[in-house]
Amino acid sequence: MSAREEILTRIRASLGRANSTGAPAGLPPSRIVIPDVPLERRIEKFTAALEKLNGKVHRASSRDDARDYVERLLHGRTAVTSNAPFVAECGVLTLPNVKPGGSDPLPLRGMCATLDAGITSADYALSDTGSLVMLSSNEEARMVSLLPPLHVALVPLDRLLTGLDELYSILPVPSDRTSSMVFITGPSRTADIEQILVRGVHGPGEIHVVLV
Amino acid sequence: MNPIPVDAIKSTLSDARLQNAIYSSTARLMDKRAHAIAPDAIDDFQGLRTQANAIKRHAIDNLDYYLEQLEQNVIARGGKVVWCRDAGEAIQFVLQLSREKGVKRIVKSKSMTTEEIDLNEHLEHGGIEVVETDLGEYILQLAHEKPYHIVAPALHKTRYDVADIFTETLKVERVEEPEQQTQVARRVLREKFITADLGITGANFLIADSGAIVLVENEGNARLSSSAPRIQIAIAGLEKIIPRAQDLATFLKVLGRSATGQPLTVYTSFLSGPRRPGEIDGPEEFYLVLMDNGRTRLLADEGKRQSLYCIRCGACLNHCPVYRKIGGHNYPWVYSGPIGAIISPQFHGVTQDPWLPFASSLCGACSEVCPVKIDIPQVLLELRADITHAKRKEGAGQWERRAFRLFSYVMRRPRLYEMAAAMASSVFPGSRGAWLRSLPRLLRLPPVMGWLSHRDLPPPPERSFRALWRERQRAKGGN
Ligand code: SF4
Repeated sequence: MSAREEILTRIRASLGRANSTGAPAGLPPSRIVIPDVPLERRIEKFTAALEKLNGKVHRASSRDDARDYVERLLHGRTAVTSNAPFVAECGVLTLPNVKPGGSDPLPLRGMCATLDAGITSADYALSDTGSLVMLSSNEEARMVSLLPPLHVALVPLDRLLTGLDELYSILPVPSDRTSSMVFITGPSRTADIEQILVRGVHGPGEIHVVLV
Repeated sequence: MNPIPVDAIKSTLSDARLQNAIYSSTARLMDKRAHAIAPDAIDDFQGLRTQANAIKRHAIDNLDYYLEQLEQNVIARGGKVVWCRDAGEAIQFVLQLSREKGVKRIVKSKSMTTEEIDLNEHLEHGGIEVVETDLGEYILQLAHEKPYHIVAPALHKTRYDVADIFTETLKVERVEEPEQQTQVARRVLREKFITADLGITGANFLIADSGAIVLVENEGNARLSSSAPRIQIAIAGLEKIIPRAQDLATFLKVLGRSATGQPLTVYTSFLSGPRRPGEIDGPEEFYLVLMDNGRTRLLADEGKRQSLYCIRCGACLNHCPVYRKIGGHNYPWVYSGPIGAIISPQFHGVTQDPWLPFASSLCGACSEVCPVKIDIPQVLLELRADITHAKRKEGAGQWERRAFRLFSYVMRRPRLYEMAAAMASSVFPGSRGAWLRSLPRLLRLPPVMGWLSHRDLPPPPERSFRALWRERQRAKGGN
């Protein structure tokens, strides 16, 4: 008997049945509660949640304002961008020392490993927790928000959801869309030595979200 | 049958620095959890626990169905599923795949399941370099130690210990600030991530309807382990299953809060299969190892089956008065604390460490905090019954049985009880404390002695309650 067969047989024996019985009854309905929160309040909550974790939030009045903020923030530091159209639309690629990451994984990884900042957009943001939701695609690579010490995300306001419940009602099966969905909630951190908080372990130690 | 590790426990108890480390770390985690679950921080936390329990119960009661659904969905997304009956098969699979694919270096993110099967030792034996990448796990790997806590593996190490370990093994300049030490680890491990061929992760959840695994972490090492190397293997116990991605709206809310008091950990990855056409980066191959290794045996016991609901948050350890004194290394297996006390005997057989389920005052703190509402004290009681039963078969425990039979005989006969009580107080009238221990050697029979080594009965009063009561009644009647 293959391991698979044997394990399934053992499970059924332990549960007291001989064969597969098909889709089981009695699965409790999922508990999805989406509160009605006005945009202004969502922005406040997102900002408060992320700043509590030492992330920074800037509310940009326009795309130009977003670009100016990024320019001031970089202040000469080098950066690689994702292919997200929104990043280009904000004009970030016109800034000095900012390079497009492109779609070739090896050179992209090289840039992410050596440059100071990664600039991305985000598919969604969650106001309850101050999280970014990043779906891996031809626009967003996994490495841009992960390898550089500074992560900057430019997010249009209409992508700001209330929280997990709303996200999972929009994406009930996220893997239909992507092989990788990541929630990013603040800078990378650890408390493994004496419970002392240290930021920037393997991921970015600094995170800025620009709500546009 | 392993004896209780008395000497090791005594040395933990007498190590003031270690006691302080365990006490303060667990206290901080308790405090953070308390804040994160307060009504002003989250709506209806108790309702979420109830829901989490109901979903886990349903998933475990229908494990065969959801595992098959999971498998189908992983395959549909280009991944492969490898079923392993035991640790040996899982290790063999990783070794063989590594050989086939020419893997020389493996990066690993924190996973209790791989600790359970001693994966690192076996791979190193097979000539493959394995690097733990969670900071705490990395420190322990360099020190050749096992995790001290499910969530905070290096809880027992100070920064000075870490400085010693780093200078000795990495030959780097000595730094004593956690901030600098973290940077040392970042530098060394970055190099490993970029050059590794294979990444091994665990899985906090397996999602049946999505064919996905979920990884929860704060450092970014699980993201790197699962994204940088060209091959990813996720090794998971088959009980990690939940039916739907939507259930994460419940589980993610309770897991981070119970573990470290975080509404969400810094990174939550939802991964399904290898990188797809069009996606820029990610692994080219994705394997999910579903491991039994004793879990199906545990499943057979309806009362104790709930032990499989555990989501490894560590809250029961932090709140356990026993764990908080004896620490993580005095438990017989990598799973320590209350959850370790209920699953170790079920994986290894109740007679291997028969003392373990008795090392509890049944205070119930664990089940009060458990996010999936496992009734740990109840399972401990059932295990105690199993152990007593197993011992009786071997003819042990006769003294105890006789003593209890005598006790119950006396208790059911008021006259006899009163006589016995009067005798007891006449032996040492008015004595203070430790009175049983001072009785003649005759009474120091093995079972009694064991019981007396750490405690004693309070001395009997000169006049018993019953005597006082009678006097009172008489006085009343006289009025
Ligand atoms: S038994 Fe409950 S409290 Fe303990 S680690 Fe598991 S889920 Fe957490």
